[in-house]
Amino acid sequence: MIWVDTIVQGILLGGLYALFAAGLSLVFGIMRLVNLAHGDLIIFAAFAILLITSTFGLNPFVAALIAAPVMFVLGWALQRFVLNRVLGKDILPPLLVTFGLSVALQNGMLEAFSADSQRIPAGPLESASVDLGIVTVGWMPLLTFATAIAVIIGLNQIFYRTALGRAFRATSDDPVTASLMGIAPKGIFAIATGLAMVVVTIAALYLGMRANFDPSIGPARLIYAFEAVIIGGLGSLWGTLAGGIIIGVAQTLGAAINPEWQILAGHIAFLVVLLVRPRGLFPRAVD
Amino acid sequence: MILETKALTAAYGQFRALFGVDVALAAGETVAIIGANGAGKSTLLRSITGVIRNEAGMVLHRGEAIGALPAEVVMQRGIAMVPEGRKLFPSLSVEENLLIGGQVRRAAGPWNLASVYELFPILRERRLVPGTALSGGQQQMVAIGRALMSNPEVLLCDEISLGLAPVVIRDIYAAMPRIKASGAAIIVVEQDIGRALSVADRVYCMMEGRVTLAAPAATVSREAIHAAYFGEAA
Repeated sequence: MIWVDTIVQGILLGGLYALFAAGLSLVFGIMRLVNLAHGDLIIFAAFAILLITSTFGLNPFVAALIAAPVMFVLGWALQRFVLNRVLGKDILPPLLVTFGLSVALQNGMLEAFSADSQRIPAGPLESASVDLGIVTVGWMPLLTFATAIAVIIGLNQIFYRTALGRAFRATSDDPVTASLMGIAPKGIFAIATGLAMVVVTIAALYLGMRANFDPSIGPARLIYAFEAVIIGGLGSLWGTLAGGIIIGVAQTLGAAINPEWQILAGHIAFLVVLLVRPRGLFPRAVD
Repeated sequence: MILETKALTAAYGQFRALFGVDVALAAGETVAIIGANGAGKSTLLRSITGVIRNEAGMVLHRGEAIGALPAEVVMQRGIAMVPEGRKLFPSLSVEENLLIGGQVRRAAGPWNLASVYELFPILRERRLVPGTALSGGQQQMVAIGRALMSNPEVLLCDEISLGLAPVVIRDIYAAMPRIKASGAAIIVVEQDIGRALSVADRVYCMMEGRVTLAAPAATVSREAIHAAYFGEAA
């Protein structure tokens, strides 16, 4: 029974990792851009939510609702004025720019918010749990997982049911031909990064309510996100969820055997998947 | 003139592909541009559409300089392209490939999903499969339909017969009269001289980045085309 509980906790933890990774997957899928500042942007959004809750005394969910459009605009501007200038055939310039952004964000947040560990207060939700018969799970992990699924369904709806999504896919396939359809590829990229920042805000909400954070932990979150994206297959959102679950389950199983093995077990699972399926579980056909 | 190039030059890095090309297209007219491989025909269309940037004054649309505009803005002005190699979007179904052609610019006009399906009925049957799962000829139909969906003023067709079987080419060219009748001015770039002349009002021949012949399609002689195409008279 303890094993069932461990696996269920791992699956739910995978939802959090999928949330970390969904924005990364979205941006990579559309413009082949690897954003090394993704983890720091999550922490930045967490501080933004914390600031709004503490300043106005708002519920964190309401605060995230306010932060999301702000983050969209920031993401749009970041892409429009910075990242679009370095996107091209060479993948090195965008990597360097996002790496620099990561360093700048960490130090900026250190100045603004200090190195103190923070947490977004979630009230009774933090410890509430529900008995599912076989296992008892916390409301927070359950809500995180449900949100991850909702985010992925939502993104897939945008991708496959809207004109914007059609433009996303066309631009991802072939930006030059997309421009012959009247679509400005760089405008599409800016909207995509804005959308990714909305997902980042949602990830930040759960990260900040579930665990302590400080300005320096972004890169560690980025690793899990990367692993989830790569296990799932680059550019596949459901694959990203599967990747998150694999890492989550590996971590909780590892921790059940020996608490020191938690992080290591996740990384080992990542390496094993890479050995068996180098392109991930659900690779895109056209890459 | 609805579309004109004036002393248009273009280069790929160090390699100069066009040397002072003057081409003109009147409203409702169909012009064929013929020439051998590497004559600069496709480069000319790429320059007009803004895929290759030029000096502004080198390309005129309704008398306005558009040579320096990005491709998406040129398209939004009503100049649609059927690109060489068809270039369907692999992630989009046949129907989505058509829809995206009219997504940003949709002028009033005869073309919509229903009329494109009427023009190429096979596409209606296959509308839900990925565009790239079709045969070459069917893909070409999608590429033409996709360009029509915006109801363009000017339709640029780049080598639409390239790599297709003669019977398939015949089917595609069978649609040209209806496309002409819908009012768009058309430039057809072709290596297949016979096909090009069959639909064109006027013909330009290009060789090594220059226009070597400009003549009405109905009266131009085989000898004149031969000389302009292969450069023997020069």
